[in-house]
Amino acid sequence: MSIYVDENTRVIVQGITGSAGAYHARSMRDYGTKVVGGVTPGRKGTFVDEIPVFDSVRQAVSETGANTSVIFVPAAYAKDAMLEAVDAGIELVCCITEGIPVLDMMAVKTVFDLAGARLIGPNCPGVISPGKCKVGIMPGHIHMPGDVGVVSRSGTLTYEAVAQLTALGIGQSTGIGIGGDPINGTSFIDVLTAFQEDPDTSAVVLIGEIGGGAEEQAAKFVKDNMDKPVIAFIAGRTAPPGRRMGHAGAIISGGKGTAEEKVAILRDHGIEVAQTPADIGITLARRIGRA
Amino acid sequence: MNIHEYQAKGVFAQFGVWVPRGNVAHTAEEAVEIARRLGGSVYVVKAQIHAGGRGKAGGVKVCKSLDEVFEAATKILGSTLVTHQTGPKGQLVRRVLVEEGLAIAKELYLSLVLDRENKRIVLMGSTEGGMEIEEVAKKTPEKIIKESIDPIVGLQPFQIRNVVAGLALSGATAKLAATFLKGLYQMFIEKDASLVEINPLVITADGQLVALDAKMNFDDNALYRQQDIVAMHDPDEEDPLEVEASKADLSYIKLDGDIGNLVNGAGLAMATMDIIQHFGGRPANFLDVGGSADRAKVKAAFEIILKDKPKAILVNIFGGIMYCDVIADGVVAAAREVDLNVPLVVRLQGTNVEEGRRILKESGLTIISAQTMEEAARKVVAASRAGV
Repeated sequence: MSIYVDENTRVIVQGITGSAGAYHARSMRDYGTKVVGGVTPGRKGTFVDEIPVFDSVRQAVSETGANTSVIFVPAAYAKDAMLEAVDAGIELVCCITEGIPVLDMMAVKTVFDLAGARLIGPNCPGVISPGKCKVGIMPGHIHMPGDVGVVSRSGTLTYEAVAQLTALGIGQSTGIGIGGDPINGTSFIDVLTAFQEDPDTSAVVLIGEIGGGAEEQAAKFVKDNMDKPVIAFIAGRTAPPGRRMGHAGAIISGGKGTAEEKVAILRDHGIEVAQTPADIGITLARRIGRA
Repeated sequence: MNIHEYQAKGVFAQFGVWVPRGNVAHTAEEAVEIARRLGGSVYVVKAQIHAGGRGKAGGVKVCKSLDEVFEAATKILGSTLVTHQTGPKGQLVRRVLVEEGLAIAKELYLSLVLDRENKRIVLMGSTEGGMEIEEVAKKTPEKIIKESIDPIVGLQPFQIRNVVAGLALSGATAKLAATFLKGLYQMFIEKDASLVEINPLVITADGQLVALDAKMNFDDNALYRQQDIVAMHDPDEEDPLEVEASKADLSYIKLDGDIGNLVNGAGLAMATMDIIQHFGGRPANFLDVGGSADRAKVKAAFEIILKDKPKAILVNIFGGIMYCDVIADGVVAAAREVDLNVPLVVRLQGTNVEEGRRILKESGLTIISAQTMEEAARKVVAASRAGV
């Protein structure tokens, strides 16, 4: 097993006729993902590499039986795209788009919660269950099927961690980037809950960064609710306060959300924290006795 | 994005949120002219910089005559204020806000902020105006009232009543406060603010409710639909390299160290800074070229890093949405056009990595290559020292 995506995932790509949408639709399909269609208003009847394009998500769902959507539309149209997907009954929406206004996300998050649908992201690399299904932009070849869950607020730093695991011969059950925005659809706790329940996940790597309190909440959750080993890394020890470090959510404000604070709380809750980003793989390997 | 107090007060006024009468001056003469037109007998001259803590640093003066206004404006304009938010170098004052002085009966606190945990906007009020709200939260948390606003229905009348009651307002002032709060929330939403803070909000001797100070930050992601706010951007308040980077659509922050770095992805960029420091180096900057960087963007990034005169540069790319060959192309193009006289360490991984490495190898440039992040960090730190 794995979480969120697997062999039964049927994906549509919103924004499939854009350059990123088209490239990643192909890349996902080549990885083995069932990419059943794409959506670009006004382009019904056309194809992107034999993948049929539809005018609306509703149309795509009724003709392909899609249950998952991945979004590549520009930030100004992303809110509409996410709301259209949830309205059409899509159960899992993965929004890759970055730069979406906070107020747009606030409304979207409320609607998803009411509908009971899952949103991953925005501003994230997506989700992959190695060997089964990839919904997102991560390079598939660095992954390897296995039993370690990976969850992260970052994109490329997640690839770094995954590549280290793979190099050590440690495969992954599912890897998820929850995104770097202050408001995101899926939280660390959502993912940790799913990993704890997944019989094929036996350990978890959690990659956090400065800003907000998500890592602190995750630390408490791990201690209270998980019996699987979890190790962590926190990026941004050298980040100056008050500055937004690229990710809209990565900012130390009012002295809160520093890396030191997060590392200390994680350790207090029994979670080993890698010293440097180069030690993430080996820290996990040692923790589970596979070093 | 941040704006000045006088600009925030201009936005407040558009939404019926009361502010003192006043105007902005660039010279002492202009300041006196504004004061003369305001009339009355008390004026306030306030330095306009983005950082807080201006009062303690001598950037705010109460004046009892036009001569005093001239004196205060002369002193403040052109001075460099050092506050807890400016950093040790301080910030040059280029303009002052000249306002009418008000007879203050009571000072309160009011703000609208994003609560990341609940994913909502929170309206916060306190009777402890004029103090740092973090201090109030620590010492007397019961003196802070919070109302969490549902984004679907907006600020509700009962929430306004709760805040008004918490601020111990009654009668005519309570009615004014309701109008004030409605205007404030509407402004926050319509302008895509990320923070609105009024500290202090004052009740004047004649029962008026006025925002004596005004701080407003905006959601950078929403600026595309807030052109009037973008027009208020003051590049003088930012580092020139950061202004240049933002024009090139790069996420760049200047730091104090001497190892420049160019990375894709914010998390990996932060982690790269961290590992440079871990191995004894000091990062000169944070730079995320983003997910959709092309050759021109990479070149622009390189030029900005070089202007900061680093002792060595580390390029750390993990290709996903970004292709290693594109980065390699940009690095080669930049290195050929600028006078690259510092060691360059490049670490490429991920999508199209073989092609990227081939481009670097065949370029004929002297590039120190590394396979892993640790190797890259060690090599760049060593290279930065070798040049000393």
